[in-house]
Amino acid sequence: MTAQTVQQGDLVTVIGLEVHVQLETNTKIFCSCPTEPADEPNENVCPVCLGLPGALPVLNEAAVEAAVKVGKAIDADIPEETRFHRKNYYYPDLPKNFQITQYDEPICADGELEISVEGERRTVAIERAHLEEDPGSLQHVGGGIDTADYTLVDYNRAGVPLMEIVTAPDFRSPSEVRAFLADLEEVLEYLGVFDAGRDGSLRVDANLSIIPAEETNGDGTIDEEALAAANRTEVKNISSHKGAEKALAYEETRQKNAIQRGRAVEQETRHWDESRGITVSMRSKEEEKDYRYFEEADLPPLRVSDWKEEIAIPELPTARRERFQVEYDLSEEAASKLTSTKQVADFYEDVASEFDPDLAATWVADELLGELNYRDMEITDVEDRLGEVNRLVELVATDEITAKNAREAVLRGMLDDGDEPDTIVEREGLGKTGEDEVQQAVVEAIDENPDAVADYHAGEGGAINFLVGQVMQKTGGSADPGDVNQLLRAELEE
Amino acid sequence: MSDDAVNPEEVRHVAALARIDLEDAEVDRFADQFADILEYFETLDSVPEVERDVDLANVMRPDEEHDCLDSEDALRNAPESEDGYFKGPNVS
Ligand SMILES: [Zn+2]
Repeated sequence: MTAQTVQQGDLVTVIGLEVHVQLETNTKIFCSCPTEPADEPNENVCPVCLGLPGALPVLNEAAVEAAVKVGKAIDADIPEETRFHRKNYYYPDLPKNFQITQYDEPICADGELEISVEGERRTVAIERAHLEEDPGSLQHVGGGIDTADYTLVDYNRAGVPLMEIVTAPDFRSPSEVRAFLADLEEVLEYLGVFDAGRDGSLRVDANLSIIPAEETNGDGTIDEEALAAANRTEVKNISSHKGAEKALAYEETRQKNAIQRGRAVEQETRHWDESRGITVSMRSKEEEKDYRYFEEADLPPLRVSDWKEEIAIPELPTARRERFQVEYDLSEEAASKLTSTKQVADFYEDVASEFDPDLAATWVADELLGELNYRDMEITDVEDRLGEVNRLVELVATDEITAKNAREAVLRGMLDDGDEPDTIVEREGLGKTGEDEVQQAVVEAIDENPDAVADYHAGEGGAINFLVGQVMQKTGGSADPGDVNQLLRAELEE
Repeated sequence: MSDDAVNPEEVRHVAALARIDLEDAEVDRFADQFADILEYFETLDSVPEVERDVDLANVMRPDEEHDCLDSEDALRNAPESEDGYFKGPNVS
C-alpha cells in the first residue's frame, strides 16, 4: 500500500498463525502405541502416554524424519542441536500435568512458504516449527464446558505426534490465511507426512490485530512496535481452511466495529464457535511464564542437522505444476488439477509416459477426477485400480472404443460396478465395428430404403441423415457417423 | 531462612495454577515450606559441576507398534471410570 492511498482512519488487519498438524506415523511420538483411531476409548494407551510413574519417553525416529522433511520443504534451518522441554499446566487432557514440546530450541527455524493468493505469488515467513505431543480428548457430560456435570477422558490421542508451525504476522486478510492453509496442506501431503482427511489432523490458533494504516511502512510491512501497541486476540478452536477464513472474518469485523465506535479491543483469548459462527471470550489462560518451561531431562538432545542432506523429499507442488506446463505443454489450469495431490500427479506422469500427454491430461484431469468427484471419491479410493484406468486410456488411444463409450459406459461401469474395462467392452459390444461390417450395413440400408435413396437422388438433404441413422442403428452406434456418411455417398454415387 | 523468601501471593498463584484452593492458614504454612525447599536447592549450588555425557544424543526408536495396555488395566488405578473413559469432575 503506498503512502498516498492511506487515509486517516484506514485500518489494516494483521494475522499470524500457529498451525498444529498431525504427522503421519504408525506410532505415537514417545511410545509404541498406534496412532490409528481406535473404536473404544483408552484402547491405544500404555504407561508412557498415560503418564504412569516411572514410565520413560523414547522418541519416535519417524516423527523426527517427518519434521526434517517439513523443514526442508519450507527451507528452514535445522539447528545443530535441538531439544525438548516440559510445558507445565494442570488439565486432565495431560496425564503427566505437562506436555512434552520444544521451547527455545525448535527443530526448524526461519523458513518460508510461497503461496498463491488469487493468482498472485506471496511468501509467508515461518518463524519456527517444532515437535510436540497431542493431549488426550475430553468430553464434558451433561452440559457445556462451564456447566457440565462431569468430565470423561480418553487418552487415545495423547502422545500422537504433532508439528506446530508458527508463521510471522504476514497475513493481511482472512482469505490469505485460507490460501496459506490450503497450500501448506498440499505441501505436507506431498511430503507424505500428513493426511488432511484424518479427523483432527489440522488445528489452527490465529492472532489477529487491527492497526492504523498510517503505521504501516510503504512496502506493506509493519514495525514490531506498531504491532506490539495494538491489542490482539488469539482465536482458538479452528479446524479447517474454511473455518479459519470465517472465524477471522468475524473477528476482523468485531475488532473494527469496536475501534470505529471508540471502544478498546481487549487482549484476550477467544474461542471460535463453529456452529454459531462467532468467537466468544474465553476465561483468561495462563501467561507464558506460568507454563514454567524446563528441559525434558528424560530425552537427550537431538543432533539431526545432517539428516537434511540424507533425507530426500519429492518435487513439491509448485515446482511440479510449472514443470508440467513446460514438459507436457499443459495449460495452467490442467497442470494445477493434475498436481492437486501427489497421487494424481504420479498417475498422470505414468499415463503420459505411454500415451499422448494431451489425451492423458483429458483422461486423468477431466474424466477420471470428474467422475471420482461426482461420486465423492478421491484417487486414493481407486489406488489399486489405476492399472485398469491406464488400460481404458489405452483402449481410447488405440482407437478400439470411442471416447464417448469409454466415458459413459466403461469408466462409469468401472466405478459403479467394479468391473474391468475389457469386461465391459466385451459385454456391451463396444468394440469399434470393423470396416466390412459397416460397409455391409451401408449396403443393407440402401437396399431396404428405396424411398430414401430416391429422395437423395432428388436432392433432398435430409435423406442422407436418415440413411446414416439406419446404419448407426445396425452397428449399435459403434460406427463413426462421419465415416458412415462418406461410405453412403460413395455407394449411392456408384 | 527468611520468612518472606516466598510471599503468600506467590503461593496463591502456584496453587491457582495447580487448581488447588487453600485456606489462609495453609497459605502461610506452604509459604514457609516453599522457602525451605528453595533453600535446599541453594545447597545444590555448592555441588561441583560435572560434564554430562556429551555423546548422549539422538536416542530414538523405530516406528513400530507394540502391545498397549488392556483397557481394564489402563483404568485399574482410576478412582472412577465410565464406559471405558476416565471419569473426573467438571473442568473448565
Ligand atoms: Zn502409549
